[in-house]
Amino acid sequence: MFGKLTWNAIPWDQPIPLAAGMAVMLVLLGVVAWVVAKGHLPYLWREWITSVDHKRIGVMYVLLGLVMLLRGFIDALMMRSQQALAFQAPGYLPPEHYDQVFTAHGTIMIFFAAMPIIIGLMNFVVPLQLGVRDVAFPTLNSTSFWLTATGALLVNISLVVGEFARTGWIPYPPLSELAYSPGVGVDYYLWSLLISGVGTLMTGINFATTILKIRAPGMRYTRMPMFTWTVLASVLLIVAAFPVLTATLAMLALDRYLGFHFFTNAAGGNMMMFVNLIWAWGHPEVYILVLPAFGVFSEIFSTFSGKPLFGYRSMVIATMSICLISFTVWLHHFFTMGAGGDVNAVFGIATSLIAVATGVKVYNWIFTMYGGTIRFATPMLWALGFVVTFVIGGVTGVLVAVPPADFQLHNSLFLVAHFHNVIIGAVLFAGFAGITFWFPKAFGFRLHEGWGKAVFWVGLAGFYAVFMPLYVAGLLGMPRRLQHYDLALWRPWVLAAGVGIVVMLAGAVCQVIQLVVSIRQRRELRDEIGDPWDGRSLEWATSSPPPAFNFAVLPQVRGADPYWQIKRRAIETQQLSGEPDYQAIALPRNSPTGFITAFFATLAGFALIWHIWWLMAAGLVAAYAVFVWFAWRDVDEKVVPADEVARIDRDARRARARWLERNAAGGKA
Amino acid sequence: MTGPMQPPPLRPGRFRCGHAAMAAAATLLAACSGGVWDARGPVAAADRQITLDALAIMLVIVVPTLAAALAFAWWYRAANPRARRLPDWVYSGRIELLVWSIPLLTIMFLGGVIWIGSHRLDPRQPIPSAAAPLEVQVVSLDWKWLFIYPAQGIAAVNQLVVPAGVPLHFSLTSASVMNMFFVPQLGSMIATMNGMVTQLYLQADGPGDYFGESTQFSGDGFSDMNFTLHAVPAEGFDRWVAQARADGPLLDRAAYELLARQSAHVRPYTYRGIDSTLFQAVATQQLPPAPGPQQGRGGPGVQPRAGE
Repeated sequence: MFGKLTWNAIPWDQPIPLAAGMAVMLVLLGVVAWVVAKGHLPYLWREWITSVDHKRIGVMYVLLGLVMLLRGFIDALMMRSQQALAFQAPGYLPPEHYDQVFTAHGTIMIFFAAMPIIIGLMNFVVPLQLGVRDVAFPTLNSTSFWLTATGALLVNISLVVGEFARTGWIPYPPLSELAYSPGVGVDYYLWSLLISGVGTLMTGINFATTILKIRAPGMRYTRMPMFTWTVLASVLLIVAAFPVLTATLAMLALDRYLGFHFFTNAAGGNMMMFVNLIWAWGHPEVYILVLPAFGVFSEIFSTFSGKPLFGYRSMVIATMSICLISFTVWLHHFFTMGAGGDVNAVFGIATSLIAVATGVKVYNWIFTMYGGTIRFATPMLWALGFVVTFVIGGVTGVLVAVPPADFQLHNSLFLVAHFHNVIIGAVLFAGFAGITFWFPKAFGFRLHEGWGKAVFWVGLAGFYAVFMPLYVAGLLGMPRRLQHYDLALWRPWVLAAGVGIVVMLAGAVCQVIQLVVSIRQRRELRDEIGDPWDGRSLEWATSSPPPAFNFAVLPQVRGADPYWQIKRRAIETQQLSGEPDYQAIALPRNSPTGFITAFFATLAGFALIWHIWWLMAAGLVAAYAVFVWFAWRDVDEKVVPADEVARIDRDARRARARWLERNAAGGKA
Repeated sequence: MTGPMQPPPLRPGRFRCGHAAMAAAATLLAACSGGVWDARGPVAAADRQITLDALAIMLVIVVPTLAAALAFAWWYRAANPRARRLPDWVYSGRIELLVWSIPLLTIMFLGGVIWIGSHRLDPRQPIPSAAAPLEVQVVSLDWKWLFIYPAQGIAAVNQLVVPAGVPLHFSLTSASVMNMFFVPQLGSMIATMNGMVTQLYLQADGPGDYFGESTQFSGDGFSDMNFTLHAVPAEGFDRWVAQARADGPLLDRAAYELLARQSAHVRPYTYRGIDSTLFQAVATQQLPPAPGPQQGRGGPGVQPRAGE
């Protein structure tokens, strides 16, 4: 009836995961109870859960990403504290638990923290920057989000029901095969990623279609903001790379479930095939994350320098060449598997070529600042922190791309420090910078600057305090993923990193305080006109938060930085452009399709993990049935009448007119 | 320090600078003693040389770049009245040429280093030496290392005794999951995989005890997959071989199958004799891959802890 699932699946004997899991469950239940008791449920259902508005979906993605970031950070705290304690001692986490912690840390941080934050920013910003009302497939977009949430949920269920994988976040066979990992941990990993991977692939298709097919009149490719360009490159990579991940994990699932021999030791399986395939996805994945991060910083450098981006065409070429080259470097993840001099050299050189395009980008950001009028608001601080941190990470990255150097540094804490250096330095910094930058657009008020700067300085210090010692530990030969160690040589550096993560924790606390303070002071921090940073692209042309239809009339784009031009014209002529002829606007209707599909997908995934075959069949059939039901819908749009559009837009225009007057009175300060 | 031999005092600025740099270098070296840059063999020294060369090549452009980034950001701050503003300056052909050619030239140079380094330091490249290399067959097991000396007819677990100054030729395979064989102070690591054999040449220049490990996570007992490489003078090696031959169990297939079961914290010991076909049998899977844990959470029988 319940497959392999019994009461013993709950780790009664392990107090740490049990207590942690129970605490999380209590908090979740508490939140749900509070929502129901306060009567917020209908509102949440109507306005958020069933929403197909790209802005709402974007916000939910970012929220999911931030919550999972916290979860992943708790894993990081456990790892650093375990290693700090486990010098010639067992520490407090036994291997079978510690191994789950680092696997979950990697899996969660990449798939359920970094990806949702980046995809959330894409969702919120891209249609606004393109000057359009929504993405190509709004309901699909909602489904993508909820399937990602399913994956995150399954990973977190493993905390209390069963176990998570104990293999590392890239589960190399044969360790991840049934023979060496007979528990359900790897199955949790597989199904959460297979299900959320479908969501990510659909996001890729959705945004590629949107950017290629749906743009405001006059928005040529050569006028698209750099963030949108990098998103295009990123989603093209998703479309090309995620099927590889899905296929690879599906093959591992076939090995584990149906006795296939793709990657097993026995019967002619070859684990090297898995390693090649997964990195054929894994390296592009790095650029799926990092390219939009570059885009965020391109917007920020330009906005806060008060200048257009320097070398726009070079930036586009650099972005697209990274997009291509990133598919030709995967072997650098396993130089030490003995491929031989020719192969290693070719992949080492290909890898360094990416540094050329990245170098061009860095120089263009620097020259964007040249001759600018730079304001050091929080996003700009993150951008400068990013340049310094990312360049250091790039240098150590090119070092490990040199095969003989990698022969000594592979799988060491040096490597760990390197990829945190680039992923935190670029993706996470971009996440914080982008959230600060577009938060007023989403909610109509800014985040508190003082606390924002505190987050930046404390977070930056914490980052260096954790990872610089890890570089040294790596140079001393300390491998990653040690549950305990006996060498006194490594100890000071492990302890230093342990102190560093306390500083990072302080940064996380500042981040929470910033949110709370900002929400409490939202009246003082209000963004009335919708352009809090003196922005340049179209998202700043609409009010904050934007109306459901984004733009009352689609903007006419006549060049790069279109909103900057509109704004200049208004300042020069001392008046807004004439009031447009308002028309009724058709918007996609909200739909619970995504949520219900994901609900059944969760059931099916859970059932597959525990071999509950009837539930799996029921879940899959129901999830499919929801799509059929959706396909047969009669009405899929709702209409906002013209006078409603006019009323909303006139309010926004009045705020802008007031600003124009104030601006004229204030003179050119 | 008296009399005419005393060197003229350095200018104070340079003096301090030189001292700071020396102190920094000394700290760095001290910090790295025992690590991969504390090379005790030709491979480690060459690996280190290439790493430092690559680092130097990159720093030549990276340091000025970072300095420029911070300098521009500070000079063009909104509050600086002396900065000349160019709010519409977005393109310059010369600078474009520069920003593409600087990284490109650097990477072309580095590409040469990569090409030469990859070939010279390919792990299967023999080390030129008058002495014939010592053959060692390595099998990674869950979770210990088995070292077989085919010519000497002995074997050791979690302990690798070798003659100093003689090239070592390792042939490596795995009994079960993937591992990576690494002696940080001797240089390059290499993977061990079931059903496959990888090759690695190393050499310890002088006598000493060097820490060895696996760098590829291989399961719950991974943290204990360590061994010590004892490099000893030639006569010391012969003595050790004689000792090993005199005592200890015999490594036949039955003993191997027992050894291949999962266990951790295995104290070093030696085998007085070996089945000389054993390594081939493991590498070609005539001996089946070693078994994994018999239980796991959610696995058959649902046990709370695996491998106890």
